[in-house]
Amino acid sequence: MEDSDWFTLLHAAWTTVWISGISIILGVALGLVVAMLRAAKIPVVSQFLAVYVSLIRATPMVTLVLFLFVIAPSMGWEVDPRVVAIAAMTLNTTAFNAEIWRGALTSFSREQLEAAKAAGMTTGLTLRRIMLPQMMTTSLPGLVNEMSLLVKSSPAIAMIGIVDLTRVTNRIAAVTYDPLPPILAAGLLYILIIGGLVRFQRIADSRAKRLAM
Amino acid sequence: MNGFKMIWDNIGLFGEGLQNTLVLFCVSGVLAFILACFLTFLLEGAENIPRKLIRWGLDLMRMLPFLIFLYLLYYGLPNVGLRLDVWSAGFFALITYHGAYFAEILRAARTSLPAGQAEAAYAHGFINSSMYWRILLPQMVMRSGPLFGNQLVCLLKDTAFLSIITLMDLTAAASAVQAKYFVPLPPFIFVIALYWSVTLVVETLLRRLSRRAQKRGLVHE
Repeated sequence: MEDSDWFTLLHAAWTTVWISGISIILGVALGLVVAMLRAAKIPVVSQFLAVYVSLIRATPMVTLVLFLFVIAPSMGWEVDPRVVAIAAMTLNTTAFNAEIWRGALTSFSREQLEAAKAAGMTTGLTLRRIMLPQMMTTSLPGLVNEMSLLVKSSPAIAMIGIVDLTRVTNRIAAVTYDPLPPILAAGLLYILIIGGLVRFQRIADSRAKRLAM
Repeated sequence: MNGFKMIWDNIGLFGEGLQNTLVLFCVSGVLAFILACFLTFLLEGAENIPRKLIRWGLDLMRMLPFLIFLYLLYYGLPNVGLRLDVWSAGFFALITYHGAYFAEILRAARTSLPAGQAEAAYAHGFINSSMYWRILLPQMVMRSGPLFGNQLVCLLKDTAFLSIITLMDLTAAASAVQAKYFVPLPPFIFVIALYWSVTLVVETLLRRLSRRAQKRGLVHE
Protein backbone atom coordinates (compact mmCIF):
# COMPACT_ATOMS: atom_id res chain seq x y z
CA MET A 1 0.00 0.00 0.00
CA GLU A 2 1.23 3.45 -0.90
CA ASP A 3 0.82 6.78 0.83
CA SER A 4 -2.01 7.77 -1.50
CA ASP A 5 -3.89 4.61 -0.45
CA TRP A 6 -3.69 5.70 3.15
CA PHE A 7 -5.10 9.04 2.13
CA THR A 8 -7.99 7.28 0.35
CA LEU A 9 -8.60 5.17 3.44
CA LEU A 10 -8.66 8.17 5.76
CA HIS A 11 -11.02 9.95 3.41
CA ALA A 12 -13.36 6.93 3.49
CA ALA A 13 -13.05 6.79 7.28
CA TRP A 14 -14.21 10.39 7.37
CA THR A 15 -17.26 9.41 5.26
CA THR A 16 -18.12 6.68 7.76
CA VAL A 17 -17.64 9.11 10.66
CA TRP A 18 -19.73 11.98 9.34
CA ILE A 19 -22.60 9.81 8.11
CA SER A 20 -22.69 7.98 11.44
CA GLY A 21 -22.30 11.28 13.29
CA ILE A 22 -25.32 12.91 11.66
CA SER A 23 -27.40 9.78 12.24
CA ILE A 24 -26.33 9.70 15.89
CA ILE A 25 -27.26 13.35 16.49
CA LEU A 26 -30.65 12.93 14.78
CA GLY A 27 -31.21 9.54 16.43
CA VAL A 28 -30.52 10.72 19.98
CA ALA A 29 -32.93 13.66 19.61
CA LEU A 30 -35.66 11.71 17.80
CA GLY A 31 -35.26 8.83 20.26
CA LEU A 32 -36.11 11.22 23.08
CA VAL A 33 -39.16 12.43 21.18
CA VAL A 34 -40.33 8.85 20.57
CA ALA A 35 -39.76 7.95 24.21
CA MET A 36 -41.77 10.95 25.42
CA LEU A 37 -44.60 10.28 22.96
CA ARG A 38 -44.76 6.70 24.19
CA ALA A 39 -44.73 7.85 27.81
CA ALA A 40 -47.59 10.24 27.04
CA LYS A 41 -49.72 7.17 26.11
CA ILE A 42 -51.62 8.82 23.25
CA PRO A 43 -53.91 6.00 22.00
CA VAL A 44 -52.96 5.20 18.39
CA VAL A 45 -49.56 6.91 18.36
CA SER A 46 -48.29 4.91 21.30
CA GLN A 47 -49.11 1.50 19.74
CA PHE A 48 -47.72 2.60 16.41
CA LEU A 49 -44.41 3.59 18.01
CA ALA A 50 -44.25 0.33 19.96
CA VAL A 51 -44.59 -1.61 16.69
CA TYR A 52 -41.99 0.63 15.03
CA VAL A 53 -39.46 -0.03 17.79
CA SER A 54 -40.07 -3.76 17.78
CA LEU A 55 -39.95 -4.00 13.98
CA ILE A 56 -36.76 -1.99 13.57
CA ARG A 57 -35.07 -3.97 16.35
CA ALA A 58 -35.58 -7.09 14.23
CA THR A 59 -34.66 -5.64 10.83
CA PRO A 60 -31.05 -6.07 9.69
CA MET A 61 -29.34 -2.82 8.70
CA VAL A 62 -28.45 -4.25 5.27
CA THR A 63 -32.11 -5.02 4.57
CA LEU A 64 -33.22 -1.60 5.76
CA VAL A 65 -30.63 0.28 3.69
CA LEU A 66 -31.43 -1.76 0.60
CA PHE A 67 -35.16 -1.33 1.14
CA LEU A 68 -35.01 2.46 1.42
CA PHE A 69 -32.63 2.63 -1.51
CA VAL A 70 -34.97 0.77 -3.88
CA ILE A 71 -38.17 2.25 -2.50
CA ALA A 72 -37.12 5.92 -2.85
CA PRO A 73 -37.06 6.12 -6.69
CA SER A 74 -40.27 4.10 -7.02
CA MET A 75 -41.97 6.67 -4.78
CA GLY A 76 -40.69 9.39 -7.07
CA TRP A 77 -37.85 10.67 -4.89
CA GLU A 78 -34.53 10.85 -6.66
CA VAL A 79 -32.30 11.11 -3.65
CA ASP A 80 -28.60 10.94 -3.02
CA PRO A 81 -27.50 7.54 -1.64
CA ARG A 82 -25.95 9.38 1.28
CA VAL A 83 -29.36 10.71 2.25
CA VAL A 84 -30.73 7.16 2.08
CA ALA A 85 -27.86 5.97 4.27
CA ILE A 86 -28.49 8.66 6.87
CA ALA A 87 -32.24 7.94 6.80
CA ALA A 88 -31.72 4.20 7.31
CA MET A 89 -29.19 4.63 10.09
CA THR A 90 -31.33 7.25 11.81
CA LEU A 91 -34.43 5.06 11.62
CA ASN A 92 -32.43 2.23 13.13
CA THR A 93 -30.70 4.08 15.95
CA THR A 94 -33.80 6.10 16.89
CA ALA A 95 -35.60 2.89 17.84
CA PHE A 96 -32.78 1.72 20.11
CA ASN A 97 -32.24 5.17 21.62
CA ALA A 98 -35.96 5.48 22.31
CA GLU A 99 -35.76 2.36 24.49
CA ILE A 100 -32.78 3.79 26.40
CA TRP A 101 -34.53 7.13 26.97
CA ARG A 102 -37.73 5.34 27.96
CA GLY A 103 -35.84 3.38 30.59
CA ALA A 104 -34.51 6.62 32.08
CA LEU A 105 -37.94 8.22 31.85
CA THR A 106 -39.88 5.44 33.58
CA SER A 107 -37.30 4.95 36.32
CA PHE A 108 -37.09 8.63 37.19
CA SER A 109 -37.49 9.21 40.93
CA ARG A 110 -41.07 10.03 41.88
CA GLU A 111 -39.99 12.02 44.95
CA GLN A 112 -38.25 14.61 42.80
CA LEU A 113 -41.29 15.00 40.56
CA GLU A 114 -43.52 15.51 43.58
CA ALA A 115 -41.08 18.00 45.05
CA ALA A 116 -41.02 19.92 41.78
CA LYS A 117 -44.80 20.00 41.73
CA ALA A 118 -44.92 21.16 45.34
CA ALA A 119 -42.52 23.96 44.45
CA GLY A 120 -44.98 25.07 41.77
CA MET A 121 -42.97 24.06 38.71
CA THR A 122 -44.85 23.46 35.48
CA THR A 123 -44.42 20.20 33.54
CA GLY A 124 -42.24 21.89 30.92
CA LEU A 125 -40.02 23.49 33.50
CA THR A 126 -39.69 20.23 35.47
CA LEU A 127 -38.73 18.43 32.30
CA ARG A 128 -36.13 21.00 31.31
CA ARG A 129 -34.58 21.82 34.65
CA ILE A 130 -35.01 18.64 36.69
CA MET A 131 -35.53 15.59 34.49
CA LEU A 132 -33.45 16.15 31.35
CA PRO A 133 -30.14 17.03 33.01
CA GLN A 134 -30.27 13.88 35.13
CA MET A 135 -31.63 11.68 32.35
CA MET A 136 -28.78 12.76 30.11
CA THR A 137 -26.23 11.57 32.65
CA THR A 138 -27.96 8.28 33.38
CA SER A 139 -28.67 7.45 29.73
CA LEU A 140 -25.31 8.51 28.35
CA PRO A 141 -23.58 5.12 28.83
CA GLY A 142 -26.41 3.34 27.01
CA LEU A 143 -26.51 5.94 24.27
CA VAL A 144 -22.76 5.72 23.68
CA ASN A 145 -23.00 1.93 23.59
CA GLU A 146 -25.66 2.26 20.92
CA MET A 147 -23.38 4.68 19.01
CA SER A 148 -20.65 2.05 18.81
CA LEU A 149 -23.21 -0.54 17.69
CA LEU A 150 -24.33 1.85 14.97
CA VAL A 151 -20.79 2.40 13.71
CA LYS A 152 -20.36 -1.39 13.69
CA SER A 153 -23.41 -1.81 11.46
CA SER A 154 -22.54 1.18 9.26
CA PRO A 155 -20.71 -0.97 6.64
CA ALA A 156 -24.21 -1.84 5.40
CA ILE A 157 -24.24 1.50 3.57
CA ALA A 158 -21.44 0.21 1.34
CA MET A 159 -24.20 -1.84 -0.33
CA ILE A 160 -25.67 1.23 -2.05
CA GLY A 161 -22.44 2.55 -3.51
CA ILE A 162 -21.22 4.84 -0.76
CA VAL A 163 -17.45 4.62 -0.52
CA ASP A 164 -17.20 4.16 3.23
CA LEU A 165 -14.36 2.60 5.17
CA THR A 166 -15.51 -0.90 4.16
CA ARG A 167 -16.12 -0.36 0.47
CA VAL A 168 -12.90 1.55 -0.04
CA THR A 169 -10.97 -1.68 0.58
CA ASN A 170 -12.42 -3.07 -2.68
CA ARG A 171 -11.36 0.07 -4.52
CA ILE A 172 -7.78 -0.13 -3.33
CA ALA A 173 -7.64 -3.88 -3.92
CA ALA A 174 -8.89 -3.38 -7.49
CA VAL A 175 -5.71 -1.43 -8.18
CA THR A 176 -3.16 -3.33 -6.12
CA TYR A 177 -4.63 -6.85 -6.49
CA ASP A 178 -3.86 -7.35 -2.82
CA PRO A 179 -6.96 -7.00 -0.65
CA LEU A 180 -5.37 -8.04 2.64
CA PRO A 181 -3.46 -4.82 3.55
CA PRO A 182 -6.36 -2.39 2.93
CA ILE A 183 -8.77 -4.63 4.84
CA LEU A 184 -6.39 -4.83 7.79
CA ALA A 185 -5.81 -1.08 7.67
CA ALA A 186 -9.56 -0.41 7.53
CA GLY A 187 -10.03 -2.80 10.47
CA LEU A 188 -7.43 -0.85 12.41
CA LEU A 189 -9.20 2.45 11.69
CA TYR A 190 -12.53 0.93 12.79
CA ILE A 191 -10.90 -0.28 15.99
CA LEU A 192 -9.61 3.25 16.65
CA ILE A 193 -13.05 4.82 16.08
CA ILE A 194 -15.00 2.22 18.06
CA GLY A 195 -12.28 1.95 20.72
CA GLY A 196 -12.62 5.70 21.25
CA LEU A 197 -16.37 5.30 21.76
CA VAL A 198 -15.83 2.40 24.19
CA ARG A 199 -13.44 4.54 26.24
CA PHE A 200 -15.97 7.40 26.21
CA GLN A 201 -18.60 4.92 27.40
CA ARG A 202 -16.44 3.97 30.39
CA ILE A 203 -16.05 7.62 31.37
CA ALA A 204 -19.81 8.18 30.98
CA ASP A 205 -20.42 5.06 33.06
CA SER A 206 -18.35 6.28 35.99
CA ARG A 207 -20.10 9.66 35.85
CA ALA A 208 -23.51 8.01 35.86
CA LYS A 209 -22.51 5.88 38.85
CA ARG A 210 -21.42 8.97 40.74
CA LEU A 211 -24.84 10.52 40.15
CA ALA A 212 -26.58 7.37 41.36
CA MET A 213 -24.76 7.53 44.68
CA MET B 1 -48.85 -6.45 -10.33
CA ASN B 2 -50.45 -7.77 -7.23
CA GLY B 3 -48.04 -7.94 -4.29
CA PHE B 4 -49.39 -11.23 -2.95
CA LYS B 5 -49.12 -12.85 -6.33
CA MET B 6 -45.57 -11.60 -6.66
CA ILE B 7 -44.65 -13.23 -3.37
CA TRP B 8 -46.56 -16.40 -4.17
CA ASP B 9 -44.91 -16.78 -7.58
CA ASN B 10 -41.49 -16.56 -5.98
CA ILE B 11 -42.28 -18.49 -2.83
CA GLY B 12 -39.55 -21.01 -3.66
CA LEU B 13 -36.93 -18.27 -3.69
CA PHE B 14 -38.13 -16.86 -0.38
CA GLY B 15 -38.27 -20.39 1.04
CA GLU B 16 -34.68 -21.01 0.07
CA GLY B 17 -33.64 -17.66 1.54
CA LEU B 18 -35.46 -18.31 4.79
CA GLN B 19 -34.01 -21.80 5.06
CA ASN B 20 -30.46 -20.54 4.48
CA THR B 21 -30.89 -17.73 7.00
CA LEU B 22 -32.32 -20.12 9.58
CA VAL B 23 -29.59 -22.71 9.04
CA LEU B 24 -26.92 -20.03 9.43
CA PHE B 25 -28.65 -18.62 12.48
CA CYS B 26 -29.26 -21.90 14.33
CA VAL B 27 -25.95 -23.62 13.60
CA SER B 28 -23.90 -20.49 14.30
CA GLY B 29 -25.90 -19.69 17.42
CA VAL B 30 -25.27 -23.11 18.97
CA LEU B 31 -21.62 -23.32 17.94
CA ALA B 32 -20.89 -19.73 19.02
CA PHE B 33 -22.35 -20.56 22.42
CA ILE B 34 -20.19 -23.69 22.75
CA LEU B 35 -17.12 -21.74 21.64
CA ALA B 36 -17.89 -19.07 24.23
CA CYS B 37 -18.15 -21.69 27.00
CA PHE B 38 -14.69 -22.99 26.10
CA LEU B 39 -13.25 -19.49 25.84
CA THR B 40 -14.49 -18.50 29.29
CA PHE B 41 -13.17 -21.81 30.60
CA LEU B 42 -9.73 -20.85 29.30
CA LEU B 43 -10.07 -17.50 31.05
CA GLU B 44 -10.92 -19.15 34.38
CA GLY B 45 -8.05 -18.83 36.87
CA ALA B 46 -5.27 -16.43 37.76
CA GLU B 47 -4.20 -13.80 35.29
CA ASN B 48 -1.28 -14.84 33.06
CA ILE B 49 0.03 -13.97 29.64
CA PRO B 50 -2.01 -16.43 27.50
CA ARG B 51 -5.20 -15.37 29.27
CA LYS B 52 -4.34 -11.74 28.78
CA LEU B 53 -3.87 -12.43 25.07
CA ILE B 54 -7.26 -14.17 24.80
CA ARG B 55 -8.97 -11.27 26.55
CA TRP B 56 -7.19 -8.83 24.29
CA GLY B 57 -8.24 -10.77 21.20
CA LEU B 58 -11.86 -10.87 22.38
CA ASP B 59 -11.85 -7.11 22.97
CA LEU B 60 -10.39 -6.45 19.53
CA MET B 61 -13.00 -8.68 17.90
CA ARG B 62 -15.76 -6.73 19.60
CA MET B 63 -14.44 -3.47 18.20
CA LEU B 64 -14.52 -4.72 14.61
CA PRO B 65 -17.62 -4.39 12.41
CA PHE B 66 -18.90 -7.80 11.34
CA LEU B 67 -18.67 -7.02 7.63
CA ILE B 68 -15.00 -6.05 7.76
CA PHE B 69 -14.25 -9.30 9.61
CA LEU B 70 -16.13 -11.17 6.90
CA TYR B 71 -14.16 -9.32 4.21
CA LEU B 72 -10.97 -10.30 5.97
CA LEU B 73 -11.92 -13.97 5.83
CA TYR B 74 -13.44 -14.01 2.39
CA TYR B 75 -11.32 -11.54 0.41
CA GLY B 76 -8.20 -11.24 2.56
CA LEU B 77 -7.30 -14.83 3.38
CA PRO B 78 -6.92 -16.12 -0.22
CA ASN B 79 -3.84 -13.88 -0.37
CA VAL B 80 -2.14 -15.96 2.27
CA GLY B 81 -3.22 -19.15 0.50
CA LEU B 82 -6.42 -19.92 2.39
CA ARG B 83 -9.49 -19.87 0.15
CA LEU B 84 -12.84 -20.25 1.91
CA ASP B 85 -16.11 -20.66 0.04
CA VAL B 86 -19.06 -18.43 0.91
CA TRP B 87 -20.64 -20.87 3.35
CA SER B 88 -17.54 -21.71 5.33
CA ALA B 89 -16.48 -18.06 5.46
CA GLY B 90 -19.99 -17.18 6.64
CA PHE B 91 -20.13 -19.86 9.31
CA PHE B 92 -16.61 -19.18 10.51
CA ALA B 93 -17.23 -15.43 10.70
CA LEU B 94 -20.57 -15.74 12.51
CA ILE B 95 -19.30 -18.33 14.99
CA THR B 96 -16.06 -16.61 15.98
CA TYR B 97 -17.46 -13.08 15.95
CA HIS B 98 -20.53 -13.85 18.02
CA GLY B 99 -18.57 -16.37 20.09
CA ALA B 100 -16.53 -13.39 21.30
CA TYR B 101 -19.70 -11.53 22.29
CA PHE B 102 -21.19 -14.56 24.04
CA ALA B 103 -17.88 -15.03 25.87
CA GLU B 104 -18.03 -11.43 27.06
CA ILE B 105 -21.57 -11.97 28.36
CA LEU B 106 -20.47 -15.11 30.24
CA ARG B 107 -17.39 -13.34 31.60
CA ALA B 108 -19.55 -10.55 33.00
CA ALA B 109 -21.79 -13.16 34.64
CA ARG B 110 -18.69 -14.88 36.07
CA THR B 111 -17.57 -11.72 37.84
CA SER B 112 -20.98 -11.39 39.45
CA LEU B 113 -20.74 -14.83 41.07
CA PRO B 114 -19.65 -14.82 44.72
CA ALA B 115 -15.95 -15.70 45.12
CA GLY B 116 -16.70 -17.95 48.10
CA GLN B 117 -18.38 -20.49 45.83
CA ALA B 118 -15.24 -21.37 43.94
CA GLU B 119 -13.31 -21.55 47.20
CA ALA B 120 -15.93 -23.84 48.71
CA ALA B 121 -15.78 -26.07 45.63
CA TYR B 122 -11.99 -26.25 45.92
CA ALA B 123 -12.32 -27.14 49.59
CA HIS B 124 -14.59 -30.03 48.57
CA GLY B 125 -11.90 -31.33 46.29
CA PHE B 126 -13.23 -30.10 42.96
CA ILE B 127 -10.59 -29.58 40.34
CA ASN B 128 -10.67 -26.51 38.13
CA SER B 129 -12.35 -28.11 35.12
CA SER B 130 -15.18 -29.97 36.80
CA MET B 131 -15.86 -26.96 39.00
CA TYR B 132 -16.21 -24.76 35.94
CA TRP B 133 -18.46 -27.08 33.94
CA ARG B 134 -20.64 -28.27 36.83
CA ILE B 135 -20.89 -25.34 39.20
CA LEU B 136 -19.94 -22.06 37.59
CA LEU B 137 -21.06 -22.39 33.97
CA PRO B 138 -24.69 -23.42 34.64
CA GLN B 139 -25.13 -20.41 36.91
CA MET B 140 -23.43 -18.06 34.47
CA VAL B 141 -25.71 -19.25 31.67
CA MET B 142 -28.84 -18.96 33.81
CA ARG B 143 -27.98 -15.44 34.87
CA SER B 144 -27.46 -14.08 31.38
CA GLY B 145 -30.66 -15.19 29.67
CA PRO B 146 -31.94 -11.81 28.42
CA LEU B 147 -28.46 -10.79 27.22
CA PHE B 148 -28.23 -13.99 25.21
CA GLY B 149 -31.56 -13.11 23.65
CA ASN B 150 -30.28 -9.69 22.55
CA GLN B 151 -27.11 -11.19 21.16
CA LEU B 152 -29.05 -13.86 19.24
CA VAL B 153 -31.11 -11.13 17.60
CA CYS B 154 -27.85 -9.41 16.60
CA LEU B 155 -26.62 -12.72 15.20
CA LEU B 156 -29.78 -13.08 13.14
CA LYS B 157 -29.34 -9.57 11.79
CA ASP B 158 -25.68 -10.13 10.96
CA THR B 159 -26.60 -13.09 8.73
CA ALA B 160 -27.98 -10.47 6.31
CA PHE B 161 -24.42 -9.24 5.68
CA LEU B 162 -23.72 -12.57 4.01
CA SER B 163 -25.94 -11.50 1.13
CA ILE B 164 -23.14 -9.06 0.25
CA ILE B 165 -20.74 -11.94 -0.39
CA THR B 166 -23.48 -13.46 -2.60
CA LEU B 167 -24.94 -16.00 -0.21
CA MET B 168 -28.61 -16.62 -1.05
CA ASP B 169 -30.16 -15.58 2.25
CA LEU B 170 -33.48 -13.89 3.01
CA THR B 171 -32.24 -10.39 2.14
CA ALA B 172 -30.70 -11.64 -1.11
CA ALA B 173 -34.04 -13.27 -1.97
CA ALA B 174 -35.85 -9.96 -1.47
CA SER B 175 -33.43 -8.07 -3.63
CA ALA B 176 -33.53 -10.79 -6.33
CA VAL B 177 -37.34 -10.58 -6.53
CA GLN B 178 -37.12 -6.79 -6.50
CA ALA B 179 -34.67 -6.86 -9.41
CA LYS B 180 -37.06 -9.09 -11.35
CA TYR B 181 -40.12 -6.82 -11.24
CA PHE B 182 -38.70 -3.47 -10.08
CA VAL B 183 -41.43 -3.33 -7.45
CA PRO B 184 -39.64 -3.15 -4.12
CA LEU B 185 -42.39 -2.85 -1.54
CA PRO B 186 -43.94 -6.36 -1.31
CA PRO B 187 -40.75 -8.49 -1.25
CA PHE B 188 -39.05 -6.29 1.33
CA ILE B 189 -42.11 -5.99 3.55
CA PHE B 190 -42.50 -9.77 3.41
CA VAL B 191 -38.87 -10.41 4.29
CA ILE B 192 -38.83 -7.86 7.12
CA ALA B 193 -41.97 -9.51 8.50
CA LEU B 194 -40.17 -12.87 8.39
CA TYR B 195 -37.14 -11.47 10.27
CA TRP B 196 -39.52 -9.98 12.77
CA SER B 197 -41.34 -13.26 13.36
CA VAL B 198 -38.09 -15.17 13.82
CA THR B 199 -37.04 -12.57 16.42
CA LEU B 200 -40.38 -12.85 18.20
CA VAL B 201 -40.13 -16.66 18.25
CA VAL B 202 -36.59 -16.51 19.68
CA GLU B 203 -37.66 -14.05 22.36
CA THR B 204 -40.75 -16.06 23.32
CA LEU B 205 -38.74 -19.28 23.55
CA LEU B 206 -36.12 -17.66 25.77
CA ARG B 207 -38.78 -16.14 28.00
CA ARG B 208 -40.43 -19.55 28.38
CA LEU B 209 -37.10 -21.17 29.17
CA SER B 210 -36.30 -18.62 31.84
CA ARG B 211 -39.77 -18.97 33.38
CA ARG B 212 -39.31 -22.72 33.48
CA ALA B 213 -35.88 -22.32 35.05
CA GLN B 214 -37.39 -20.06 37.69
CA LYS B 215 -40.15 -22.52 38.46
CA ARG B 216 -37.68 -25.34 38.96
CA GLY B 217 -35.62 -23.14 41.25
CA LEU B 218 -32.61 -22.97 38.98
CA VAL B 219 -32.55 -19.19 39.21
CA HIS B 220 -33.90 -16.93 41.89
CA GLU B 221 -33.98 -13.23 41.29
